[in-house]
Amino acid sequence: MEQAQDTLLREFEEKIECGFAIEPKDRMPAGYRKHLVRQMSQHAHSEVIGMQPEGNWVTRAPSLRAKQILLAKIQDEGGHGLYLYSAAETLGVSRDELIEQLHTGKAKYSNIFNYPALSWADIGAIGWLVDGAAIVNQVSLQRTSYGPYSRAMVRICKEESFHQRQGYEIMAKMMAGTADQKAMAQDAMNRWWWPSLMMFGPHDSDSPHTGDAFKWKIKRHSNDELRQKFIDKTVQQAEVIGLTIPDKDLKWNEEKKCYDHGEINWEEFSRVIGGDGPCNKQRMEHHISVHNEGAWVREAAEAYSAKQQYSKNV
Amino acid sequence: MTADNQLDVWEVFMQSKPGANYIHAGSIHASDKQMALQNARDTYCRRGEGTSIWVVPSSAIVASNPEDNGMFFDPANDKIYRHPTFYVMPEGAKAI
Amino acid sequence: MTEQQALYKYSLRLGDNALILSARLSEWCSNAPFLEEDLAVTNMALDLIGRAQAMLKYAGEVDGNSKTEDDLAYRRGERDYYNNLIMELPNGDFAYTMVRQLFVSTFELFFYEELQKSTDATLAAIAAKTLKEVKYHHLHAKDWVIRLGDGTEESNRRVQQAVNQLWMYTGELFEMDGTDALLMKDGIAVNAEHLKMGWIQMVTQILALANIELPADGYMQSGSRMGIHTEHLGHILSEMQYLQRAYPDATW
Repeated sequence: MEQAQDTLLREFEEKIECGFAIEPKDRMPAGYRKHLVRQMSQHAHSEVIGMQPEGNWVTRAPSLRAKQILLAKIQDEGGHGLYLYSAAETLGVSRDELIEQLHTGKAKYSNIFNYPALSWADIGAIGWLVDGAAIVNQVSLQRTSYGPYSRAMVRICKEESFHQRQGYEIMAKMMAGTADQKAMAQDAMNRWWWPSLMMFGPHDSDSPHTGDAFKWKIKRHSNDELRQKFIDKTVQQAEVIGLTIPDKDLKWNEEKKCYDHGEINWEEFSRVIGGDGPCNKQRMEHHISVHNEGAWVREAAEAYSAKQQYSKNV
Repeated sequence: MTADNQLDVWEVFMQSKPGANYIHAGSIHASDKQMALQNARDTYCRRGEGTSIWVVPSSAIVASNPEDNGMFFDPANDKIYRHPTFYVMPEGAKAI
Repeated sequence: MTEQQALYKYSLRLGDNALILSARLSEWCSNAPFLEEDLAVTNMALDLIGRAQAMLKYAGEVDGNSKTEDDLAYRRGERDYYNNLIMELPNGDFAYTMVRQLFVSTFELFFYEELQKSTDATLAAIAAKTLKEVKYHHLHAKDWVIRLGDGTEESNRRVQQAVNQLWMYTGELFEMDGTDALLMKDGIAVNAEHLKMGWIQMVTQILALANIELPADGYMQSGSRMGIHTEHLGHILSEMQYLQRAYPDATW
């Protein structure tokens, strides 16, 4: 029995080694399945919870164009959550169960959405920095080993490409605007920069989930690699529009050809993950109340469908 | 937590332009056919990606088993006479 | 009133209807009963913003005071807004929103069918594009009203309640005043009164399929033609216009 298990694992790992994609009906180690469900559902929940801070500005968007863009972007995020829930469902877990795991706290979502969107510039900062950080990660995940996940990521990356641009456009416009607008933009930068860096997770040396995820090619690049990539491309973009990065230790390292940066406040990171961020409670209460409020609609839709089936059969 | 569900899963196939193959786009949830079609449209055609949609309940799809791949697909690999390059044409013959 | 003034007011009215309903629909974003429906409602809100943009842009052009669509949307007070009251009523529950969608989209189905034939080329062109969007909104609303009406006892009760509450705001859709009369002479405006029979017939049919009773004839609310609104519009505008009003020198 154990020997058969070993053979299976060896076959699986050879397949991964050769770069084959794994499909839903393929045999896979329990650990692989578990890791994937955890990662995909966390990713899906992040997209869906991420609708809230931006949704906070939908009714206050300052122009018709701005409102269109923001709505379309939030809609995309809902869509991405939907694609990712579907990818997770191919492994036999239902959206229902995934949502329940979110509500009971068993499943997590990205920490970044526990921070509040306080001004219109925050919508710029979220698009530019938060989506910018997410894209770095997502591009790398297009080559993840699980087929449905990889296909969802390809679609998501295609759609995401406008998100970061729209955020940067808002920041650029505000930095070219009045003194009030500039101050708002810099303030948003100051509040969102560090949480954005935290999005990549703990340092590689402290990351609890990395081992198998690499071997199984679920994850293709390490937290620190991706974080560095994000910093290197973002610093220049900030300079172009005159924003200051709120890190006095940030400087170009000629030898390594990348930026050195100050230490992230890991205490804050764990505190927010632990549930004491500014918006954790609010985000979860919102999701739960919308879910409960919508229950009668879903029940009615199913009852209607059942009646149609019944009348067709008699 | 109350028992609840998120409606049935449907698979969405889309044709990107008239005459093209229908290609699997992804899945959506819906409780009936009309809703499935509309949800597929609202989810997968937001950027003008399609000209026609099929939706199929996921439960109606039958998939082959990876364990059967050997007997299902390998026997076709040596039937090279099914491909035009197998045949030797006399030199000089045109348009064949 | 000159024809130019009438056309300005007419375009504003159509633009305001789209703008204010889009404001209400967009409030469903991240609040819908399930993810797919969230995307669906947002799609409709986006259609409506596009329509508002086109109509208000045209109103600005007709007026000739170099006002952009954003000036008209974000710098106009509530007494100068001409949307029908039904558009500004708070969303209520999902049944309420879907019944409003049904009432409004059924009206617009008939209205834009006619406006396509307007002698005003711009209005006719906007109408042709709008009609395609409205047909989809109507299909979506009709299916939901039937589904909910014929679903569970609770959903039936909610739909019936929404129909009863919204009914008194439907009369205004067909109201006409001097603006309409003046523009109808040259075939620019639609005779809204003529659409009433078709609307009632279609709504009656759909509500019957949904096991919903038609409310008895009663008083119909009115006022929007003169810029007299419910208390709700002021709040929509306060939120919508906040940044433009707080930072009048800024561009966004």
